[in-house]
Amino acid sequence: MSLLTIIGEALRALRLNRLRTGLTMLGMIIGVAAVVLMLAIGQGTQTTINQAITSMGSNLFIVMPGSSSSGGMRIGGGSIQTLTLGDAQAMAGLAPVKAVAPVLMTSTQLNSGISNWSTSVTGVTPDFFSVRNWNVDDGNIFSEADMRSAARVVVLGQTVVRNLFNAEDPVGKTIRIKNKPFLVVGVLAAKGQSLDGRDQDDTVYIPLTTGQRQIFGNQFPGTVRFIMAQARSAADMEEAETEINRLLRQRHRIQEGMENDFTVRNLAAAAAVATSAAKVMSLMLGAIASVSLLVGGIGIMNIMLVSVTERTREIGIRMAIGANRQSILTQFLLEALVICIIGGLTGVAIGIGSAWAVSKMADMVVVITLGMVGLAFAFAAGVGIFFGFYPARKAASMKPVDALRYE
Amino acid sequence: MMPARPDPSAALIRTENLCKSYHLDTGNGGVVENQILHDINLTIHYGEFVAIMGQSGSGKSTLMNILGCLDTPTSGQYWLAERNVAALSGDELAQIRNISIGFVFQGFNLLKRMSALDNVATPLLYAGTNRSDSRMRAMELLRQTGLEKFSGHQPAQLSGGQQQRVAISRALINRPPLILADEPTGNLDTQTSHEIMTLFEQLNREQGITIVLITHEEDIAACTRRLVRLKDGHIVHDALV
Repeated sequence: MSLLTIIGEALRALRLNRLRTGLTMLGMIIGVAAVVLMLAIGQGTQTTINQAITSMGSNLFIVMPGSSSSGGMRIGGGSIQTLTLGDAQAMAGLAPVKAVAPVLMTSTQLNSGISNWSTSVTGVTPDFFSVRNWNVDDGNIFSEADMRSAARVVVLGQTVVRNLFNAEDPVGKTIRIKNKPFLVVGVLAAKGQSLDGRDQDDTVYIPLTTGQRQIFGNQFPGTVRFIMAQARSAADMEEAETEINRLLRQRHRIQEGMENDFTVRNLAAAAAVATSAAKVMSLMLGAIASVSLLVGGIGIMNIMLVSVTERTREIGIRMAIGANRQSILTQFLLEALVICIIGGLTGVAIGIGSAWAVSKMADMVVVITLGMVGLAFAFAAGVGIFFGFYPARKAASMKPVDALRYE
Repeated sequence: MMPARPDPSAALIRTENLCKSYHLDTGNGGVVENQILHDINLTIHYGEFVAIMGQSGSGKSTLMNILGCLDTPTSGQYWLAERNVAALSGDELAQIRNISIGFVFQGFNLLKRMSALDNVATPLLYAGTNRSDSRMRAMELLRQTGLEKFSGHQPAQLSGGQQQRVAISRALINRPPLILADEPTGNLDTQTSHEIMTLFEQLNREQGITIVLITHEEDIAACTRRLVRLKDGHIVHDALV
């Protein structure tokens, strides 16, 4: 029997046994699609978390105003404004501290003439952008000169640009914040979600001085909402934390044994927690994916083994009418190959399709790599070919009379 | 290749002290040897029409399987067309089953979900003929056996008699000198049985095909020209009808 005839015979056998072919392919499709989807989500989540961590900036502290007590009544952290611009400037003078960024913020309505949008307005120094490791996409960050002159300039986040300007280039245009005109000098690069799920691009930045004098209307002039501080290196983190604590206690005249009226939060520690959580998560998804592969593999194996009886008799008949071992093995190998290739490719397509659907519907990042597709495909194909071929090999090495009588 | 009409005096099948035994595991570690065939010496010449009879368990099916190269003897010699079967490789045996022997089984043994035409054509494919020529020849045989109309039907859509005629067409497609039929009428009613027997007689008479069939029905055996009776693995009777 020529190879071409055997190929024809294999394809015909698959076509004639539609149910069996379909079920085997289904096992294949489910296994491969599930693995591709799981791995895509796992990878995507890890990528999201990694991005969020790098987007925070490295070696960061956030100094928040702390709790206070007034006549025996204790008030929660952040409820009073104990941190001042002076504190920030003093912190900048500490040896292990590389940069300091005091921050003021409020929520207000923006107006671009064609549209309006409610978002947070944040007053910062130019150092803030280097501390947060954040670059502009278009235009420039405002300068120290803008700070000194309390200029009405603004840098926009991507979400704000989308909502206020649509497709227009906002740089050089004017927006109104609390009815005061501000010149747009720059647009920040997109940063995406923060670790706690906030949209980091839904905000605008103005010089801290401009904010203090014209927007925020603070009841305690000179106070700030919080201060970000960046240590010189990861090794300096511990020293920086001690120094900041010592400095602020001294500046705030807190006596020995009294509670701090501020809180220093180490973001590197938070990042480490998030990273390990991401690792656990991708490990878990990997485990689920392995189970899907196993289940898919068992599905393929089952249907292949269930059809062994029928196929053993078929092999017996074929041998009785003159098939040699080689033609039978080639036919069965080809059948298994065709099932695995068609089923595997369909599975990959469905896996990628559903990953895409998940990314659209749940607004999640999914990452599909050639490696994971290859892994899913290779495993399922391996199982399919083995269990399609191995029983055929066994049957073909039986005496024809035994294969014919096989129950 | 064996010619279809060779010298009638030449032996197509010749066995010498053919024995077959199975080892049965008794379940408590012991092994019982169960001998099915005892020293079978049988010679069948080209063009003969032979019935092998015997009760169930007499070893007639085992003998048939060995004669058809589907099974191997435990000891003894078997020459098919002067070739010592024991010396042949698996591929050579496959070729013999393909070209020199046509099988007809009690349970028909057609390939399910495959049309009658494709069932008949398959042995020709294994002989290396291409598909369209094979199907043409298969159609010709279905026409001869009166099944032309049913060529596209699957075995399950055919009656027992029709399935057996498809099986006979399949057995004939490579023009073998020998047809081995294991209870070919065992699953058929009397009238259909006689139609099948008429077909065998015709093939034997007109084409000179040697036919060996197994049966336990006397009237079927009466249609043949030589009767061999087996009892407990021994030939107890061998005479012309």
